[in-house]
Amino acid sequence: MYAFDFERPSTIAEAVAALQDEDAQALGGGQTLIPTLKQRLASPSKLVSLSGIAEMKGVSIEGGVLTIGGGATHAEVAADACAPLAALAANIGDPAVRNRGTIGGSLANNDPSADYPAAMLALGATIITNTREIAADDFFQGMFTTALEEGEIITSVRIDVPPGGANYQKFEQPASRFALVGVFVARTANGVRVGVTGASEDGAYRWSEAEEALNKEFREDALMDLRPNPAIMIEDLHGSREYRAHLVRVLTKRAVAAIG
Amino acid sequence: MTQVSMTVNGKSASGTVEGRTLLSQFLRDQLGLTGTHVGCDTSQCGACVVHVNGEAVKACTMLALEADGAEVGTIEGQANADGSLNVIQQAFQDHHGLQCGFCTPGMVMSAAALLKDNPTPTEAEIRDYLEGNICRCTGYHNIVKAIMAASGQDVSGIAAE
Repeated sequence: MYAFDFERPSTIAEAVAALQDEDAQALGGGQTLIPTLKQRLASPSKLVSLSGIAEMKGVSIEGGVLTIGGGATHAEVAADACAPLAALAANIGDPAVRNRGTIGGSLANNDPSADYPAAMLALGATIITNTREIAADDFFQGMFTTALEEGEIITSVRIDVPPGGANYQKFEQPASRFALVGVFVARTANGVRVGVTGASEDGAYRWSEAEEALNKEFREDALMDLRPNPAIMIEDLHGSREYRAHLVRVLTKRAVAAIG
Repeated sequence: MTQVSMTVNGKSASGTVEGRTLLSQFLRDQLGLTGTHVGCDTSQCGACVVHVNGEAVKACTMLALEADGAEVGTIEGQANADGSLNVIQQAFQDHHGLQCGFCTPGMVMSAAALLKDNPTPTEAEIRDYLEGNICRCTGYHNIVKAIMAASGQDVSGIAAE
């Protein structure tokens, strides 16, 4: 790692101020950023740790609305969120990683194989920052790219708990255990939403054809004639475009079957 | 350079570190607690697992300054007060839960974190919990067996010697 200054403010306002410096970078749990720094793929002048900010912690459900602090760890989400999202969080990384990694950090990074983006899209989550509220549909803008401005911090995430249930199906890449493909299906108050991660060159996306079919008829067979377009898929040594396209459909069917 | 203070194995410890100093480096290089092993230094292998405020974390992927004010537990703090092995360590010895021993500190620390939350885990739960702890010698069977034994469960039915 190159040398950097370090600050650990205790309020969002102090963190925002500390991030004004040129090349300052927010630090969530560091489970992606620290390995990235070790490889010298990033060289911030200063890290601003968000771990000391009490107002960004905690997970609560009130009146069907789930609120997750941007600084909540995956372990905390696994313990306290609604069941489908808790199950997703319980399968991120390994236990020690889950004790450090945060939802805000994961969303801000928008790794194309991260689990949370698929869930945020399918649940129609609202990403709340120090300056504004961003709908998940507008937040994810391609691989490692989000709507966040320089120095903007994800302070919390708000989700209407889906009344019809939800389920996440993850096909793990066997070495890294990241999602080769992951599909989150949710029956929200505004209809069925399908979020896909790991598959597309453009990062997490909604599979709108499947949503349309499942809104007409919520059963596996509704997906029978649908074929995700291989042209938009990632191709690498772990799987071809066609394989990923196939997995998208299979995992969507499994998620639908699991919701019942 | 910044002053950092924490409680390590029940004793206060402090030092002066850079922003980029890792918790694993602080424990090993400044406090001389070399039981925390650095295997991969990429948060894959788990040899560096320590407890921070009671939770298992990978010390190679946490900055020392992030642990300022925290209660840190390392393998050096695991033995009983009289120096004898604690129940998990003893079980690793009894069931031959190690060969070269490099991964063992992380294995013991992860096992302790698991048993704190889940005092009688199933074999499947143990294997699942150890996802982030890699052992290249044992094939895991005796590690799993040791952890089951440490939790007071009968291990006579567990396969693979």
